[in-house]
Order: sequence, then C-alpha cells, then structure tokens
Amino acid sequence: MISQSYRILSRISRNNELKKTFLTNLNCKSSSPSIIRSFCKKQNLDENFEYTNKLEVQELKHYIPCYTIMDQEGVVSKPDQDPNFSKEEVIKMYTTMLTLNVMDSILYDVQRQGRISFYMTSFGEEAIHIGSAAALEMSDTIFAQYRETGVFMWRGFTINDIINQCCTNEHDLGKGRQMPMHFGSRKINLQTISSPLTTQLPQAVGSSYAQKLAGEKNCTIVYFGEGAASEGDFHAAMNFAAALSTPTIFFCRNNKWAISTPSKEQYKGDGIAGRGPNGYGMKTIRVDGNDIWAVYNVTKLARKIAVEEQVPVLIEAMTYRVGHHSTSDDSSRYRTVEEINAWKEGKNPISRLRNYMNHKGWWSDAQEKETIANARTTVRESLVNAEKQYKPSINEIFTDVYDKPTPNLIEQQKELIEHLKLYPDEYPLNQFADSKLILKD
Amino acid sequence: MLRGNNIKKVNSLLVRSFHSTVGNRSGGPSTPINYPSLEIENAGEKQKMNLFQAINNGMDIAMQKDSKAVVFGEDVGFGGVFRCTVGLRDKYGASRVFNTPLCEQGIAGFAIGLAAQGATPIAEIQFADYIFPAFDQIVNEAAKYRYRSGGQFDCGSLTIRSPYGAVGHGGHYHSQSPESYFGHTPGLKVVIPSTPIEAKGLLLASIREKDPVIFFEPKLMYRSAVEEVPIGDYEIPLGKARIVKEGKDITIIGWGAQMRVLLQAVNMAEEKLGISCELIDLRTIQPWDVETVVESVKKTGRVVISHEAPKTGGWAAEISATIQERCFLHLEAPIQRVCGYDTPFPLIFEKFYVPDHLKNFESIKKTMVY
Repeated sequence: MISQSYRILSRISRNNELKKTFLTNLNCKSSSPSIIRSFCKKQNLDENFEYTNKLEVQELKHYIPCYTIMDQEGVVSKPDQDPNFSKEEVIKMYTTMLTLNVMDSILYDVQRQGRISFYMTSFGEEAIHIGSAAALEMSDTIFAQYRETGVFMWRGFTINDIINQCCTNEHDLGKGRQMPMHFGSRKINLQTISSPLTTQLPQAVGSSYAQKLAGEKNCTIVYFGEGAASEGDFHAAMNFAAALSTPTIFFCRNNKWAISTPSKEQYKGDGIAGRGPNGYGMKTIRVDGNDIWAVYNVTKLARKIAVEEQVPVLIEAMTYRVGHHSTSDDSSRYRTVEEINAWKEGKNPISRLRNYMNHKGWWSDAQEKETIANARTTVRESLVNAEKQYKPSINEIFTDVYDKPTPNLIEQQKELIEHLKLYPDEYPLNQFADSKLILKD
Repeated sequence: MLRGNNIKKVNSLLVRSFHSTVGNRSGGPSTPINYPSLEIENAGEKQKMNLFQAINNGMDIAMQKDSKAVVFGEDVGFGGVFRCTVGLRDKYGASRVFNTPLCEQGIAGFAIGLAAQGATPIAEIQFADYIFPAFDQIVNEAAKYRYRSGGQFDCGSLTIRSPYGAVGHGGHYHSQSPESYFGHTPGLKVVIPSTPIEAKGLLLASIREKDPVIFFEPKLMYRSAVEEVPIGDYEIPLGKARIVKEGKDITIIGWGAQMRVLLQAVNMAEEKLGISCELIDLRTIQPWDVETVVESVKKTGRVVISHEAPKTGGWAAEISATIQERCFLHLEAPIQRVCGYDTPFPLIFEKFYVPDHLKNFESIKKTMVY
C-alpha cells in the first residue's frame, strides 16, 4: 500500500498542487486502494490495469486469428457472410482483377524491353485491391504505397491513365516528374504516391482529422506493406490516430517479403495486427488477403467503425508477393520457386473468385479467354498510343515547385532555354511538347 | 564607396579605436538597444507586445479568420512551453488547438495530411533542434507534394513554427539554427522574423501562403523584444528583405536574433569609425530577396553577412556566392562571413562561439580597410 502511494506520489511529484492534495487525502483518511483509485480518477491519472503480486514476464501467447470465408474452391463457409454481390458486380470485380493481371504481365515485359523505365506488378494481391476498394466510397481519400494498382482501377483509373504515367508522356497527370507506378488522381481521390516508404501514414491521419473536423462522413484509407510498418512513421501514425481519434483505416498488405527481407526478419511479434489492440489501443482485424469476400467484409466493417465511431481501424491482410519486388529485382535469388508456386497455385486469389463464379454458373472458359484477349488488346493499343505521345513540355521542369515560380526559377528556366538554343541537336527536344515554340521565343 | 583619402581617414580611426573602449564588457545581449520598428501602413490600434505575444496574436487572428486553421504540437494545449499558444484552446476549442503525441515526424506528416485535405495546419516543433526527425517528411514530402503530383495536390497551407537560435545556455540541442538545411530544399519557404511587429505580419503571411513554410522564431527574443504591435490583421510579404538602416559604405546582412547584434556592431562602426552601414534584414531565407541585396551591394561595394549557424554550408555562403556572381565589378573587398564556428553549439563557450557584435565590428573594420 505504501509503495503504491509512493509510486503515484512520484508520478505527480512534479506538480506541487497535486502533491499537496494527495498528501492531504492520504493523511485525513485511511489510505485504501480504492481511495487512491478514486483520487487518480479525479486527477485524470487513471490506470487501467490491475496490480498483481505475482512476478511474471509477459510473452506473446495468443495470435490474432485470420478471418477467411471463401476457400480455394470458391466455397463460402458461412453463406450468411457472403456479401452476395450481383452477377454483374462480381463479373466486374473478376474482370478487373484479370485485367490487372494481364496488364502487369505485359508491362513487366515491356519494361524488360526498355520501353518503360520501371514497373511493379501486383501478382497475388489482386483480391486485396478489389475487395477493399469495393468497400469504400469515392469520397474516402486514399493514400497508397505503390502496389495498389487494382484499387485505382476499381475507382476508375483507366489503363490509359496507368500507361500514360508509366510512359511519362504529356498525358501523365504527374507531368512526367515521377517514376512509373507513382500515380495520383484528384478524380479518384488518390493522393499522389511517393517513393519514401510509410511517409503516407501520418499524412493519412492528418487527412482523416481534417475530414473529421469538417464534419464529413468519410474516412481516409492508407495502404502499406509489412516492411513499411517497421518505419518510424508507422509508429507515429498509429499512435496519432489512436490518441487523436481519427477516422483512418490502416490497411497493411502483409505479403511476407520486403524486397529480399522475409517478414520473419522484419519483426518478431504477432505480425502487424498484433501491434494494434494492446500496442496502440486500436481496433484491429486480420484477414485472408487472398479471399476477396473476407477482404470486402473486413474493409466494409472498418469503414463503418471509422466513419460512425470516428476512430481508426487496423487491417492486416495476409497474402504473398507472387511476383518480383519490382523490375529491378530478381526474387529467385532469395526464395524458392516451390514457395512461390505453393501460393500461386494453392491460394491464388483470382482462381478462387473464378471457382466461386463457376459454382454460380456465371463464368465460362470462353469468357475467360475473351476477357484476357480484350485486356491484351486494350493494354497493347494503349501502350502503342502512349509511346507516340509527346513528353511534357520542358517548361514543366520549373512549374509547381511553388504555387508561383520564384525569381530564381524564372531565371533558371531562361538559362535552360538559352542553353538549348545553343545545342538544340544535342538534346531529345523533338520528343517534348511545344519545344519548337519554346525555343522560338 | 570609400576611395583614396577616405580610406586613410578610416585607417587612422581604426588605430585609435583599437586601443580604446572595445572590451568584453561592451555590448552583449543585455545592453539595451533601440531597434527601429517597422511602420505598418493603416495599422490602427497598437498594443505593447513581446515576440511570443505577437506570435500568439497572429495565430489568434489566423484562427479567427479561417475556421479550418488548427494549431497543434507538443504541449501547445496549455499554452506552449514558450507561451505562444496561450488562451487559444479556450477560445477555439480542443479540436482546433491540441497536443499531439511526442513525435516530430508524426507532427510533420500529420500536418501535411491536414493541408492536403484542405485544412490550415499550424504545427509547432518545440525546438528547431528537434525538427530533424521530421526532416524526411519536410524535405521529401511537404516540399515535393505539389511538384510530384503535377499540381493536382499540394500542402501549401502548411506552416511549421519552431523556436530557433542561441538562448544563452541552450547547449547543443536548444540553440541550433537549421535554416540552411531547409533553404537547400526547393518547394519550401523559410522565414525568420526579427521583431514582434514583423513576427506577426510574417507569420500571418506564412499561414496564408500557398506554399509550405518553415517559420523559425528567435527564442532569445520571445520575452526580450517588445514593440507597439498593431492588434489588427496585417501581413508582411514573404521573399522581401527589409532595409533596417540605410547606409553608403558597407552592406551588412543578417536575420532573426542576429539583427540586434548587427545593429550594435553597425552603431559601433558608425560611432567609432564613422562608417555608414546599410543594414539588411533578409527575413525570408528561401526564396531570398536577391534584388534588394544586390542593389545595396552595388551601392556600397562591401559586404558582411552574419548568422549564428556554422559557417560551412551556412546560408551566408549562398548569399555571398550570388553577390559575387552579380556584383563582381562593384566589389571593393572580399565578402566577409561572420558565423558560428564549424562545431556543435557549445554550452559554457557560448559567449565565445556566437558571432557577436565585436566579431562583426572587427569584420566591418577589416572589410573597410581592405
């Protein structure tokens, strides 16, 4: 009892006023634990734990279970949890996944041929993209990492938009300034992607705080990988979201690999989900990322909680990165083909949904072939067209650094133009929009 | 410009002054100095305010006029460790003025997100020395937000305020002047005020600026600098230097708390040596007012630039290189930089470390007789 009083006293010892009140309290009444507790409550020093006289080290005992409802055969174990989308909606979901898959294959090869500078596929993570995107409203803001292309496609980001960005032509909404896969679009409420990992997490918390402040019935969802969750910004964001009570959905794609680093070298705890409830006091769900209905249900519930209760939710979707990290990576140098195939075949999110459709009689081999052929044609045509387009005007080097160009930027722009006039044949000017006009001035 | 007979005259003055009153007891931050107040046009009613009160008043006006403006950071709720946010929570509510967890990268990232979603974040980093955990968010994210999105998104409504600079006993981590780290980053604006009137006007302009602004407040002056500050809403444009005192022999450039030190050096040079100094407060570090500086140097032909931050890679290097590019034919002497030494900011040695009025006075002398 005495030690307890001292402990509390030491916690408040820097506050003289509080100390005086506490001592008076102790002196005039018998110092029972309930008095201390009620004092603490009154002084906002409430402690939520029980005291124990048992000396015991706490260890990880219970792993958060992984919610799944549809198996690889496309059978929904709990039919009442089948979101029961209509045939048309399911076909739209499936064809989007398939189209993403086809586009990834082509653009991966196209990068290999040097026609685009970089690419990142989404192989194995298609159900995460479509399942989560379908559960959101367009008015919900997205912050993404870079492997969420399907989310954007579901929202209306077209193959043309994607390929224009990858080809960094004048139709790229980002004006050709960033590497491929760094999409951003006001139309689909997607804040532009940047390469530094996890920086988008605290930003998403700020974004959702602004939504809350404005009284909007929306949330912000932020996607990230399990590797990114090791960054300090993850901690910052989770703690801010919980402490400031923001409508944020943290969506972790745990695909077991951060480039060559397996998740077992990334953390020792219960994945990312394990950090949620006890670590940050955040509502948390772990889900089978290769089960589109499970992902949909979980995201739908998370959105409801975020918007209605105005609190954050953490989702950890368990999946597997079937493809290489990027076109600059050869994953066979650090993992086995057997491992890849086990996921590619045993837990494939696309064939899982196809099996579901087969049971309903909603899909045929002919439709499959046709969809793939259509996707190929669309991607190839889009690519050929995108490659023919001009690159953005070289003036765009200097715009958007600030709201209005500063004097030194205006001057440096002039310097470049004068320089190009001296050496017009030494630079690929004919590929860039308006260059003749610019050099003529 | 001094030529021929004039230089001889200065030389004889120098010899006399060298053996006279210049000692370690003259001047120093405790010496009262009449720093010329900036006149604000149509200012209306005025009230005596110190620097922290002027900052507080600026934020009050910003929050009153913009319902989306929010103030947050470590310990800002109860008024802030430097009293800059006193009373704001009571006035605008805990949803608009609030404490964050103790995490600078979180504060900066959170602020960027607020701005990107259309709010007006006014974030506080408790000391400029602790802005480095947020360096990635500021340099890689805030600064590039508009550019990388092709102008689709921006975090231009973002302002990060932070106390900076020497304070007498701040040691390594309560004294730093990190402006040149940020000045080197395209996309950011960096502002440092030097008086209460300017602090309020520049802060209001920074908050309303459509680009992210890092606003460093000279903490040495929070309480010591007092002026009659207009209580109404006014802005002082960013990117414009202020000629604090006109002169014809030499241009002296500084910002923030250093301005008082420089005024002292300038007064000394005028009194003891009869040198007419033009004193310029840069006010905005990035983008800085090249035009005003160049015009002054073309007139005087001599320059001393002074800042508390270490010399190597300090902002004086940028200014001096630009002057050299643009005023080569006008320069009568090498450009002098009077800065902190290239060491961490030391505790007990502060008086020796800082580029005080005497070091600046000596530099002015040297430049004049070159």
